[in-house]
Amino acid sequence: MLKAKDKIFTNLFGDQSYSLREARSRGDWDQTSDFIKKGSDWIIDEVKKSELRGRGGAGFPTGLKWSFMPKDANKNNYLVVNADESEPGTCKDRDMIRNEPHKLLEGCLLAGFAMNAHDCYIYIRGEYFNESVVLQKAIDEAYEAGLIGKNACNSGWDFNIYLHRGAGAYICGEETALLESLEGKKGQPRLKPPFPANKGLYGSPTTVNNVETIAVVPTILRRSGSWFSSLGKTKNTGTKVFCISGHVNTPCNIEEEMGIPLKELIEKHAGGVRGGWNNLKAIIPGGSSVPMIPKSVCDSVSMDFDSLSSVKSGLGTAAVIVMDQSTDLVKAIARISRFYKHESCGQCTPCREGTGWMWRMMEKIAAGEASPGEIDRLLDVTKQVEGHTICALGDAAAWPIQGLFRHFRDEIEEQLIKKIRAA
Amino acid sequence: MTETFSFNAESLDKVKFELSKYPEDRKQSAVMSLLDIAQRQNGGWLSKSAIEHVASHLEMPYIKVYEIVTFYSMYYTTPVGKYFVQVCTTTPCWLKGSDEVVKACKETISEKQNELSNDGLFSWMEVECLGACVNAPLVQINDDFYEDLNYENTKNVLQSFIDGNPSPIGSQTGRKGSRAEEYVKS
Repeated sequence: MLKAKDKIFTNLFGDQSYSLREARSRGDWDQTSDFIKKGSDWIIDEVKKSELRGRGGAGFPTGLKWSFMPKDANKNNYLVVNADESEPGTCKDRDMIRNEPHKLLEGCLLAGFAMNAHDCYIYIRGEYFNESVVLQKAIDEAYEAGLIGKNACNSGWDFNIYLHRGAGAYICGEETALLESLEGKKGQPRLKPPFPANKGLYGSPTTVNNVETIAVVPTILRRSGSWFSSLGKTKNTGTKVFCISGHVNTPCNIEEEMGIPLKELIEKHAGGVRGGWNNLKAIIPGGSSVPMIPKSVCDSVSMDFDSLSSVKSGLGTAAVIVMDQSTDLVKAIARISRFYKHESCGQCTPCREGTGWMWRMMEKIAAGEASPGEIDRLLDVTKQVEGHTICALGDAAAWPIQGLFRHFRDEIEEQLIKKIRAA
Repeated sequence: MTETFSFNAESLDKVKFELSKYPEDRKQSAVMSLLDIAQRQNGGWLSKSAIEHVASHLEMPYIKVYEIVTFYSMYYTTPVGKYFVQVCTTTPCWLKGSDEVVKACKETISEKQNELSNDGLFSWMEVECLGACVNAPLVQINDDFYEDLNYENTKNVLQSFIDGNPSPIGSQTGRKGSRAEEYVKS
C-alpha cells in the first residue's frame, strides 16, 4: 500500500483550495527554476530514470517520447496536454485539474522546457466546464506570479500556456485527432507517419501528453527519478490514480502504487465488491476499451501494464469498472458498443460501418434473438475491424466484445439455446 | 428566431481573449470557442445566422463551420430547454442505475428526448460518458454536474429547478468529490 509520504496528489479530493498560495504550501512550484537551470538533458534523464510510462492509456515511456523532439532552436515546438478525458470509467484527470491544477501547470513548464517548447495548449473536454474555469484561474495566477509567461520563474525561458475547450467528441482524445481539433477542424485522426514529434500542431514538432503524465513530473524532479522507480514494479513504476466504479460499496478515485493487486485495490479503497468478493462476475480493469477479465483472473492479477497485458487485457487509463453477479454482461458490453458507434469519426470504413454492425449484433444477442453461430460471425467482424483503421478506436470497439466471448461464451451460448428451445 | 445574430459586447470580449491564444494566421483554431460563445449568447443553441456570423468573423466558409457544428456533440441546432439535462447512460452509469435517472427525466420533463417540457423550462437527452464515473450515475444540467443520483434524488434535483432554487452541484449524497464515502464518515 502506498505510504502517505509517497503520495503525489495530496489534494486529490479538494480538501484544500487549488489556489497558488495553498498549492505552494503543498510543495508545488518549489525549485522550479533550479531544475530548468540544470538543463533539458538533465530533466529528460531524470524522467527516463523514473521509468514513467504515459498515463493516457498506451503506456509509452515518457522520457523516450520527449527525446524524439528536435532540439533545433529555430523550430517552434509545441507541448500539448491531453485533458480530453473521455474513456468510459475514467475521471482521474478531472480531479487533478480541479484540485491540483498547479501541479499540471508546473509540469507543463518543465516538460515544455525539456522539449524546447515555448507554447503549450491544454485541450480539455468541453463537458468539464467548471474544471476549465478553475484551470484558467490557476493559469492566470501563474502568469501574475511570473511563474509562466516571459522569463518564467526567472529561468530565462519564455513559456505560455493556453486553454482550449473541446466540444464533446471522444475521438479527440486520440492525439492526432486532438491536433486537428486544435487547428479548428473536425477531429479526425491523421495518418502516421509523419508522427507529431516531426509534424504536429500547425506542422511543427509537437508532443502530446496526458494530464497525469505531466502532473507527476515536478514531483519526480524534486524527489528524483530513482524515488519514482523504487515504487511499483520493474518497468511499471511509480504511483497511479485509479478510478473504481460500478458495483463496489464505495466507488472512488485513489492514488496507489503501480502493481497493487486488483483485489487489494478494491477491498482497501472501494469498500469491496457489493455483496462480497465472491459476488464478483467480471472487471474491466482499464477503461471501456480493454477486454474484461473474469473473477478467476481478478483473484490474483496486479494492476500494471505488463501484468494486465499478460492476461490479455490492459491497464489503459486504470479505470476499474466492477460488475457483480447480477450484471447482464452482454448488455453491459452492448452499451459500450453503442458508445463506440456513437463516437466513430466516420473516416475509415471498417470502423464507421463495423461499429454500428457490432452494436446491432450485440443488441440482438442481448435480446436473445441470435443463434450461437452468429457469435462466430460477430467475432470474425471484430477481426475485420481490428488493425484496419487509421487510429485505435476500431480496436477499442473490437476488444471489449472479444474479451466478453473469450471468457463467457459458453454461458452466453447456453442462454441463447435455452431461448431458442423455449420459443 | 429568424433575427440575425451578431456578438454583443460581452461576447466580443470573450472572442478577443480566445483569438489571442492562437497565432495570427491560425484564427480557425478559435472556431470551437467562438461557436460556444455564440451558443451561450443565443440561449443555448446555434441558429443558422449564428453559425454564419462565426464563419464571417473567422473568414471561414460557412460549410466548414457547419461541419464543425455537426461533428461535435455539444453544439445544438435546435432550441434546448432553459435547463438542459444531459443524462449519462454509458456502461459505468448504466451499472449504477442510470435507467432510473432516465425514468425520472421522462416523468418530470417529457416522454421523448430533445423535446421541451410543457412549461418550456427543461429538455433532456441521453449522452455518452461525461467523465465522472466514480460518482455515477450523473446528469449535466447546463454547465453543472449532479452526481451520485438515483430515482428519488434526480426528482428532487429537477424539482429544485422548478422551484427556482437549484440544488447545490456535485454529489447528491453529500460526499466530497470522488473520495470513497466511508472516509467522509470517519
